[in-house]
Amino acid sequence: MGMTITQKILAAHAGLDSVVAGQLIEANLDLVLGNDITAPVAIDEMTKHDLDRVFSQEKIALVMDHFTPCRDIKAAQACQKVRNFAHRHGIKHFFDVGDMGIEHCLLPEKGIVKAGDCIIGADSHTCTYGALGAFSTGVGSTDMAAGMVTGKAWFKVPGAIKFTLTGEFAPHVSGKDLILHIIGMIGVDGALYQSMEFCGPGVANINMENRLTITNMAIEAGAKNGIFPVDEQTIAYMNKAGVTDYTVYEADSDAIYDREIEIDLSQVKPTVAFPHLPENTHTVDSITENIVIDQVVIGSCTNGWYSDLEAAANVLRGQKVAANVRCIIFPGTQQIYLDAMRDGLLEVFIKAGCAVSTPTCGPCLGGHSGCLAQGERAVATTNRNFVGRMGHTESEIYLASPYVAAKAAIAGYLGGDIL
Amino acid sequence: MTAKGTVHKYGDNVDTDVILPARHLTTTDPNELAKHCMEDIDTAFITRVQAGDIMVAGKNFGCGSSREHAPIAIKASGISCVIAESFARIFYRNAINIGLPIVESAAATKAIANGETVEVDFTRGIVFAGGCEYEIAPFPPFLQNIIQAGGLLPAIQNS
Repeated sequence: MGMTITQKILAAHAGLDSVVAGQLIEANLDLVLGNDITAPVAIDEMTKHDLDRVFSQEKIALVMDHFTPCRDIKAAQACQKVRNFAHRHGIKHFFDVGDMGIEHCLLPEKGIVKAGDCIIGADSHTCTYGALGAFSTGVGSTDMAAGMVTGKAWFKVPGAIKFTLTGEFAPHVSGKDLILHIIGMIGVDGALYQSMEFCGPGVANINMENRLTITNMAIEAGAKNGIFPVDEQTIAYMNKAGVTDYTVYEADSDAIYDREIEIDLSQVKPTVAFPHLPENTHTVDSITENIVIDQVVIGSCTNGWYSDLEAAANVLRGQKVAANVRCIIFPGTQQIYLDAMRDGLLEVFIKAGCAVSTPTCGPCLGGHSGCLAQGERAVATTNRNFVGRMGHTESEIYLASPYVAAKAAIAGYLGGDIL
Repeated sequence: MTAKGTVHKYGDNVDTDVILPARHLTTTDPNELAKHCMEDIDTAFITRVQAGDIMVAGKNFGCGSSREHAPIAIKASGISCVIAESFARIFYRNAINIGLPIVESAAATKAIANGETVEVDFTRGIVFAGGCEYEIAPFPPFLQNIIQAGGLLPAIQNS
């Protein structure tokens, strides 16, 4: 029986010739990821169960990105716990303030994740690396702990939704608009326990950073993972990151899918998700009443890529952020920050009246550096607009692309006429 | 093994941000986390909950962030079982891995009202509510091993 890309990667990592949806397997892991929120819980569990050992010094990544640079004493102590663990066990891929970035931007850039890998991460957006043709999924701290000790994880082999993409985006439409469009179509549990597999001639028209944005939000449809086939762009991206030892898996022509959806990229419009679920989508041109906003956040593991900053800068160049808006920019990594500086994007942002931060998850999860007060509204290029996600339970988040967010920052509101 | 208690009922898509808001994620202490359980969806939950109570919710319970702090807080608050129409997959894994009993039953979820007393017989696979019985599918043997060991790490320790 034919297998999907995901099923082929899982079969290979379980030492099996084939797997079928629903099968429980134990797979060997190429990477186990954790951060300053989830790793401390994993480390405590390992200590508690007398399992303070790691299966590999090279196949574990620890990134201090959520509450860093440490927002308070408790955060500092959490980072200290992880730092001590990393040093004690000689963990190669430990990233601290100064060289850390937002984990899901950092690992692809550093070539730590690659096509054909089987990856777990104690962070729900670990599904991002599917853009490179890897099986990659979010887990909790105990799975992370078990993965660090044994190098293995259990999985129920997922079925898949096949998204066949054709055409190309209209100007200023991006991967963010596509994934919001899809979540609006299938719902926040529309791909529960399933893979989202993207294929078709339209894939070649989506750049790698946009693919990473798309797979990043697979979890917002409840998916186990999102995955793209490997093509010339993927290989060029990996080569630039210094990766040569990747494995390419392709779906069988007779692979079985639970559902098939065709999308013509040229028909996708700039799309926004209204509070308080990513499925509450509206195209920007359909917004009839202006929604006055207080803050714009551009960045995060979803949209902290260079091309995202470039899209925002192209809108903000020579413009001013509206007086009622605080606009905060979060580059995904130090390298992206540096590139943005060299190319003059940071100057554009600062002259427009934006604050530019060091890479951090910060306000995306209401952690620090941009929390919202009661009654405030934000347009954000982040991934979740749940109640209280960015601060007060009576604040509101509208999810959008960097282009739309920058337009809203200048207008001071979200409305049908801002583009 | 059974669980019996008063029901605290919630709707669809209860996410881990409202179960355990990120501002409290700098601690790993279960008792400290329990003090903030459900804080952004039901501020009075922690004053009402009694040891052994049961949480009931609609579809996609525990969606969003992978934070294990959410099921840890629910367990430490005294909740003996979560019954939902469906669970988000990371929350499902986390609950099994830390030994928080969970039950998937659309029929039971729809029938059960907030505040009523419900009993779950895990051995026989039955939810007793409002004079009715709802059958629940048993966990596969592989997961039963983890549950019986008291979680994933004890299971690894044993093997």
